[in-house]
Amino acid sequence: MQDIKAQVKSYIAENFLFGENVGFGDEDSLLARGVLDSTGVLELVMFLETTYGFKVRDEELLPENLDSLLAIEAYVRSKLDGRVPAAVVHPSR
Amino acid sequence: MLLHQQFEATAKRRTDTVGLVAGDRRLTFGEIWQRATCLAATIRRCGVQRGDRVIIFLPNSPEMAIAVYATLQVGAIFSPLSPQTKAGKLAYIFQDCAPTCLITDARLAAVWRTALNGADSLRTVIVSGLLDSNPGSLSFIRFDDATREGDALHDHPQTIDQDLASIIYTSGSTGDPKGVMLTHLNMVSAANSISTYLGLREDDVIFCALPLSFDYGLYQILMAFKVGARVVLEPSFAFPVKALEIMERERATVFPGVPTMFSMLMALGNLSQFPLVHLRMITNTAAALPEQHIKEIRSLFPQARLFSMYGLTECKRVTYLPPDQLDTRPTSVGRCMPNEEVYLVDERGTRLPPGSVGELVVRGSHVMRGYWGKPHETAKRLRPGPYPGERVLHTGDLFRMDDEGYLYFVGRMDDIIKSRGEKVAPREVENVLCALPGTLEAAVVGVDDPVLGEAVKAYVVLKPGYVYSERDVVKFCLANLESFMAPKYVEFLRDLPKTTTGKIDKTALKHRRADT
Repeated sequence: MQDIKAQVKSYIAENFLFGENVGFGDEDSLLARGVLDSTGVLELVMFLETTYGFKVRDEELLPENLDSLLAIEAYVRSKLDGRVPAAVVHPSR
Repeated sequence: MLLHQQFEATAKRRTDTVGLVAGDRRLTFGEIWQRATCLAATIRRCGVQRGDRVIIFLPNSPEMAIAVYATLQVGAIFSPLSPQTKAGKLAYIFQDCAPTCLITDARLAAVWRTALNGADSLRTVIVSGLLDSNPGSLSFIRFDDATREGDALHDHPQTIDQDLASIIYTSGSTGDPKGVMLTHLNMVSAANSISTYLGLREDDVIFCALPLSFDYGLYQILMAFKVGARVVLEPSFAFPVKALEIMERERATVFPGVPTMFSMLMALGNLSQFPLVHLRMITNTAAALPEQHIKEIRSLFPQARLFSMYGLTECKRVTYLPPDQLDTRPTSVGRCMPNEEVYLVDERGTRLPPGSVGELVVRGSHVMRGYWGKPHETAKRLRPGPYPGERVLHTGDLFRMDDEGYLYFVGRMDDIIKSRGEKVAPREVENVLCALPGTLEAAVVGVDDPVLGEAVKAYVVLKPGYVYSERDVVKFCLANLESFMAPKYVEFLRDLPKTTTGKIDKTALKHRRADT
């Protein structure tokens, strides 16, 4: 199994950060750091769909699934394993 | 009346009522005012004076609202910037308005730290969140320490309503952002007119996912805090289902949006799971809604009245279409709001009768004082009005007016592109495109887009020996511009069409698109 987190991180670094030195950790909110905005989230969704071959459903389009590297990794794993993703709100970590 | 006094009255009247909801935080009006007063005392102690500029570089958050009212209390001028702002633009703004104080967030440190080089005027930085290190000579103060109870503002500045309350940056056609100077009178007048025609009430709950750095978002706070209504604040509309869930839970009554947000909602399959029975008002501005979208929004939310509106940062708002006029004139942006006059003029400035097409002119107390440090650009927009000393706003937008005074947008006189409701200056994008080593020349135009309103399209001519992909160009733009400015489409040409005077012929580029 490929390293999902590393793959997503390099996609984000390559497509949204470039020369800008915006370091972000695994748990950091990508929106709050200004790494992604609403269009960026849609691009990320397209990347996940084409790379991992599943459909992101409307009700899964949530910050709990997509707003940090850890969240994205957990979400992608659950989708690949055919489980119901953590689409419900979790208290903030 | 000063802008913050509108809120002060509410904070006294509805002290223990929740005025702001952000995630799991619920703040009362009294608490927000109290924290703003503490922050005001802190920045005053750090030397922020009446008339100083304070940059507020924060995501949508209670901190942002607190920072706005703190700045106003010391008589200083707040300038709200989007968290998407890149270091280069931030550095430009530091140079342009020479702020003495920056109020920001630790999560944006990589951007503002870079921009601090050369920001000689700055003396104080207030940071929310945890900052890992504190190098340099500037005094950094934690937001929570700066708003701790116990401090009080001892000396009140003698602010009057002719003083500036805010400088809001907007895209300029030259490529450099322009700071729109707004007085207390300007902003109080706009807030009064808009909240009157909307009929905002203190039992309203406004769901705001619009950036507070954008006047449309900012005024949701200003107007709600004036009338005593509650704002439910979200950092963005990136997660529309989440937004619906929150609107449902918080019983939102007012939903201000832009066309892109409505398109995202209309694309959802599960909208009906959110009945939103409390929703009574939807507003749209920034870009016009296509007629078909107006129909769809009204059938999706039959419980809500839809207000189509038009405005520009230079005067905040110009027109609104009363919801009962939607069936009669769905393509109109409406008529003037209370305490405002609008009319059309020809190229010589002569007033035109109804039925004609001309440049829209706006007259009223909400019209800006000009662009900060840009007298030349100011003179183009602000011209003498009917009375001595009065200045009226020439919008640069062409409209048609019908016999009853309703306006219909015809086009812009400059080439500003409106994408996702935000203004994109082609020059600003072209400057970045030309910074690519392999670019010989470049031109940017707007093309129609069902979701974005207009999409940014770049035409690039490469120097011999260089090969770029479309993606290479987009990536370079994303690295140097806010993402809404980056081209959606890039086309490589051998050369660009020119006019007889040698200028790039943008009309030909637009026709070229129509042919293909």
